[in-house]
Amino acid sequence: MLTILFDGIAYGMLLFILAVGLAVTMGLMNFINLAHGAFAMVGGYITVLLMQRLDVPFLLCLPLAFAGAALLGAVLERTLYRPLYGKPHLDQVLFSIGLVFMAVAAFDYFVGSTQQIVQLPAWLKGRTEIGSGAWTLGMGHYRLFIIAICAALTVGLQFILARTRFGSRLRASVDDQRVAAGMGINVNVVFLSTFAFGSGLAGLGGALGAEVLGLDPSFPLKFMIYFLIVVAVGGTSSITGPLLAALLLGIADVAGKYYIPKMGAFIVYSLMIVILIWRPQGLFVRRGGRA
Amino acid sequence: MSASQTSLRRSARIRPWEPVLWLLAFAAPVVLPSHAALVNEIAIVALFAVSLDLVLGYTGIVSLGHAAFFGIGAYTAALLAKHVNADPLLGLAAAAGVATLLGAAASLTIMRGSDLTRLMVTLGFALILLELANKLDWLTGGADGLQGVVMNPLLGRFEFDLGGRTAAFYSLTVLLVLFLLARRLVHSPFGATLKAIRDNRLRAMAIGIPVRSRLAVIYTVAAGVAGIAGALLAQTTGFASLDVFEFHRSADVMLVLVVGGAGWLYGGVAGAIVFKLMQDALSAVTPQYWTFWIGLFLVVLVLAGRERLLRPWTWWKRARP
Repeated sequence: MLTILFDGIAYGMLLFILAVGLAVTMGLMNFINLAHGAFAMVGGYITVLLMQRLDVPFLLCLPLAFAGAALLGAVLERTLYRPLYGKPHLDQVLFSIGLVFMAVAAFDYFVGSTQQIVQLPAWLKGRTEIGSGAWTLGMGHYRLFIIAICAALTVGLQFILARTRFGSRLRASVDDQRVAAGMGINVNVVFLSTFAFGSGLAGLGGALGAEVLGLDPSFPLKFMIYFLIVVAVGGTSSITGPLLAALLLGIADVAGKYYIPKMGAFIVYSLMIVILIWRPQGLFVRRGGRA
Repeated sequence: MSASQTSLRRSARIRPWEPVLWLLAFAAPVVLPSHAALVNEIAIVALFAVSLDLVLGYTGIVSLGHAAFFGIGAYTAALLAKHVNADPLLGLAAAAGVATLLGAAASLTIMRGSDLTRLMVTLGFALILLELANKLDWLTGGADGLQGVVMNPLLGRFEFDLGGRTAAFYSLTVLLVLFLLARRLVHSPFGATLKAIRDNRLRAMAIGIPVRSRLAVIYTVAAGVAGIAGALLAQTTGFASLDVFEFHRSADVMLVLVVGGAGWLYGGVAGAIVFKLMQDALSAVTPQYWTFWIGLFLVVLVLAGRERLLRPWTWWKRARP
């Protein structure tokens, strides 16, 4: 039972890394970006291809996946996304679905549709067990590694948002773009770097998740709903909202699939709908914030 | 008659080109018998898009899960034909009934929240049905789908042939009937209140329009129409599979509607024609990767502006501020 809880937490943490960038673009910048999963897929494929073709070690691949996805995010933000910030949500949805379709077909064309396998280094493959009987806690080392990275990232992100100059600039730009620009903040640069950083995190998540979630060209479509749930349920006023939502989702999903495999993803979707009807702005939302 | 009544009447009048268009549509399966199956598909997609237009174009509800109702209609018709009675019209009625009930239940979920919440809830709704259809394999055949749905002759007389000519006429007729009904609906005072809700919900509330019940009614009606479209697909192809619930169905129909222009019932029809012909041509060239071109088309469509893409002569004019 504890093992399931542990796996659920690891899964949730992974979802959090994947989705937190989306929480920023969708929640703060108010842009419905369904193509977020495509950045994650880019990160995943960077890792897989570097490891397979060039024998780059796994740990080195992670920052490269981050950098690659962030660079792509920056380029796309500058060229394609920026004109759409003020457009209706329907346009943004159509645009990002279009990007997803393109990404899926392009990766299918260039890399092939087979599922890719990540060869983890030996020290991440092991598994530690503590306790016995119903309370056995089996911890895969790789999942521990994911949890550690995610915890570090969460603390780091919270620090950046709450304590640094960039964080306060971002919050200001998000709350009122015009006033922020009037105060001498370069809103475009703030948004560009935020978007790139979010895409980079997605890429990192994709690289980390390739082993757990599986990586094939349908990745952006398959996991789109999960990212969206994290953001929609978590609310977007803080880092903790999406984190808690991701953990909830991860645990519910793993436990549901373990105990009632017949129901599959049914539980997660129902949970989301109930929560969203109950609290349409998300579970953890700042009172008095923008709707 | 007041000026507003006159203008409402005028917009509801049938234009001379409309009967011509429908005559052309009905002539198509006869003139091009080899493309009757394509005409059938276009009619079905058009009906589905008209249904989405009722909620998206006229009422402004952004839905990413319209396939839920399409799929439930398809499965209802297929199951009914397989196990109970293979009469096509009975199947249509049953599918419409089930989809309407489901729509009424689902309409409770779209009342609250922002666009994002609605996107998520509708998407989740379709995914729940997809999971159900996948897991209840004793009933739905699971991932293999329901095969071998054989229909009785239409009205006891017209056999469904392999070339799909009966199917094409059948779908076109259903499309025409429902199109006229939808047209009647959106040009009624009820339709005018829908547009008021779409344009400004707060103001609509302030002038006494019961927003919630209007949303519920139109969502339910649209669900019924989508269910009929799904039933047509199952009946004319003799097949229902998980594919009818999948996300790309919802995305495709949204694309169809937006290509043709939302908030204008012919938009769905025009979009369906363009989309299906494009799909047909592209998948003949690149069978596996045609979604790439659809995606590119979507991106260009949005970046160039939905209205401007359809009017190329405005490209070099400056956009209105």
